[in-house]
Amino acid sequence: DICLIRSSGTHSSTGGSTLLGYIGIDTIIEQMRKKTMKTGFDFNIMVVGHSGLGKSTLVNTLFKSQVSRRSAGWARDEKIPKTVEIKSVSHVIEEGGVKMKLTLVDTPGFGDQINNDNCWEPISKFINEQYEKFLKEEVNITRKKRIPDTRVHCCLYFISPTGHSLRQLDIEFMKRLSHSVNIIPIIAKADTMTTEERQEFKQRVRKELEMSGIEFYPQKEFDDDMEDKSDNDKIREAMPFAVVGSDKEYQVNGKRVLGRKTAWGVVEVENPNHCEFAQLRDFLIRSHLQDLKEVTHNIHYETYRAKRLNENGGLHPISSSDTQESNL
Amino acid sequence: ALIQCKTSTLNWQQRNLEGYVGFANLPNQVYRKSVKRGFEFTLMVVGESGLGKSTLINSLFLTDLYSKDYPGPSQRIKKTVQVEQSKVLVKEGGVQLTLTIVDTPGFGDAVDNSNCWQPVINYIDSKCEDFLNAESRVNRRSMPDNRVHCCLYFIAPSGHGLKPLDIEFMKRLHDKVNVIPLIAKADTLTPEECQLFKKQIMKEIQEHKIKIYEFPDTEDDEDNKLIRKIKEKMPLAVVGSNVVIEVNGKKVRGRQYPWGVAEVENGEHCDFTVLRNMLIRTHMQDLKDVTNNVHYENYRSKKLAAVTCNGVDASKTKGQLTKSPLAQMEEERRDHVMKMKKMEAEMEQVFEMKVKEKKQKLKDSEAELERRHEQMKRNLEAQYKELEEKRRVFEEEKVNWEAQQRILEQQKLDASKTMEKNKKKGKIF
Repeated sequence: DICLIRSSGTHSSTGGSTLLGYIGIDTIIEQMRKKTMKTGFDFNIMVVGHSGLGKSTLVNTLFKSQVSRRSAGWARDEKIPKTVEIKSVSHVIEEGGVKMKLTLVDTPGFGDQINNDNCWEPISKFINEQYEKFLKEEVNITRKKRIPDTRVHCCLYFISPTGHSLRQLDIEFMKRLSHSVNIIPIIAKADTMTTEERQEFKQRVRKELEMSGIEFYPQKEFDDDMEDKSDNDKIREAMPFAVVGSDKEYQVNGKRVLGRKTAWGVVEVENPNHCEFAQLRDFLIRSHLQDLKEVTHNIHYETYRAKRLNENGGLHPISSSDTQESNL
Repeated sequence: ALIQCKTSTLNWQQRNLEGYVGFANLPNQVYRKSVKRGFEFTLMVVGESGLGKSTLINSLFLTDLYSKDYPGPSQRIKKTVQVEQSKVLVKEGGVQLTLTIVDTPGFGDAVDNSNCWQPVINYIDSKCEDFLNAESRVNRRSMPDNRVHCCLYFIAPSGHGLKPLDIEFMKRLHDKVNVIPLIAKADTLTPEECQLFKKQIMKEIQEHKIKIYEFPDTEDDEDNKLIRKIKEKMPLAVVGSNVVIEVNGKKVRGRQYPWGVAEVENGEHCDFTVLRNMLIRTHMQDLKDVTNNVHYENYRSKKLAAVTCNGVDASKTKGQLTKSPLAQMEEERRDHVMKMKKMEAEMEQVFEMKVKEKKQKLKDSEAELERRHEQMKRNLEAQYKELEEKRRVFEEEKVNWEAQQRILEQQKLDASKTMEKNKKKGKIF
């Protein structure tokens, strides 16, 4: 809700040039909001981690709806695929008049084989392919009004709660992909660890990430100003978030909560004393969703584009006739 | 009680005794002897790091096998799979147990885990080999039994099913050692998830024909009921902890979460007590027996069959496995004798050839010598002739010279004669 500042012709308290009357520049926020609500926006999230870490459950919990491909009619005990596959599922969800086209990219088979060498390659290829698609559209002579954005805005990397340290595969993956996509590491199935174990594990993981030079989102180098920096510092201190996912509801103290019922108590997903799911959700959706998209577009995509245009003497703009064929 | 006696000697018959004989005391004697000897048990734990293996061992045996001063292998980062053993002597009620825990740090932790089971297989085989060698020795007084009696395989609580690594490992080890699969960190799963997971695992185990350790049926009905209950719970879902927490005034071992305490020894929370009872209180001896009678015998027959049929085709090996060792030894002896004969013949041949060669050589050198001798003789004769020639010349010269001398002398004489004559003449004048 926007409050109109009426200035009665004399000096305004914010400095700058004084306004002699109300103009209405501040209504631009309202105009932007209206437009965004009409067009809606895209958000593409990728989940990576070996099977059994609760990826699908967590995504369902995050978006409070059955959006994972497990629920889209896939059998629960599917066989582990022999190579890493990339499967994406799209849903349109609406809240408060705002439409979001959420695309979830799953990577079954990652880290499940006996020999996991190069299992990050199909994922890297997929991410680059999305950049390539966008680049081709951008470079066209006659461009579409709104280029469909299939680029991966955020990659949630699930760390296994061993309680000891990161695995070799985790470090390899994050090292290789932190420069082409926003990686948010999270500790899966956090109800395996007691509070002390969780703190110790987090510290150790953070140290290892630092030592390996892995820049996870929010990256320090992209903090715009001091305010951003202090906000992001707080978040970086608390990462990686230790989360628990659930899509079942139970009655606790008269309230209905999302949780997991064990013989010794109910793990409440949204209780900050139990796990850090609420923090992750707020961070991911309520405060940094737009920033994730911006960093992807302004930084990761631009890096890719610069690299592509510098090699092979650059891309040639495609004529409209070619476009018709390539868009099939 | 009457003694029923029949004249046939081959039938074993149940006889009733008239009085107390006393061999009912036999089990006590066996017991006392065993207690004096002490027991040995080797337990192997396999699984990825971070699955709570060390904690579970500490909980099972109520000791701190791995503590802050001697951290467990999982606290140290390993690049390749190692096999480490730790021995602990535990005493309880006069019975002493030498417990060996074999740990496999680094298993399944690398990016490429192909053949990470090989060090484990090598270890198990080497222990069986040690025992085989000890058994075959002449002096068998002390035979320590270091064979692996039981292998606890830890499955990560994913909730879905077995991983390819789990299946590969169990397939390769199920005929070498007793494999007992466990679901680790079972407090991650809710009861429903646990049930589904167990069913899925058992299904996959049957699909891949993996032979996990089977509990033997007993004659006692009560025991059978218990055993059937245990079988239904396989694979056992365990939680380990050595931390004592107070719950409702009671001190229990468990894990303290913000939402409650997961009690390790509570049957409704996890299957830890089932595992402990089964492993230590009821089936320890059976595990040792199965290791000795089945796994070790498999190893032994494979090993010995390979040794006695060295150099023979693999297809023939299969048939020869059914012969008795004595027949095999006879055959071996015959083979050996034939081989010896052949070797002898060969040697003779070689010998003859060598002799011929030597003779030829000697002949050659003899001819050479003769030739040289001839040459030398000729040289000598030539020299002799030369010398003779010289001599002749010399003689001739000598004769000439002598002749000349004589002439000279004659002349001299003549000269002196005339002088004399002249003198005489002169004087006379």
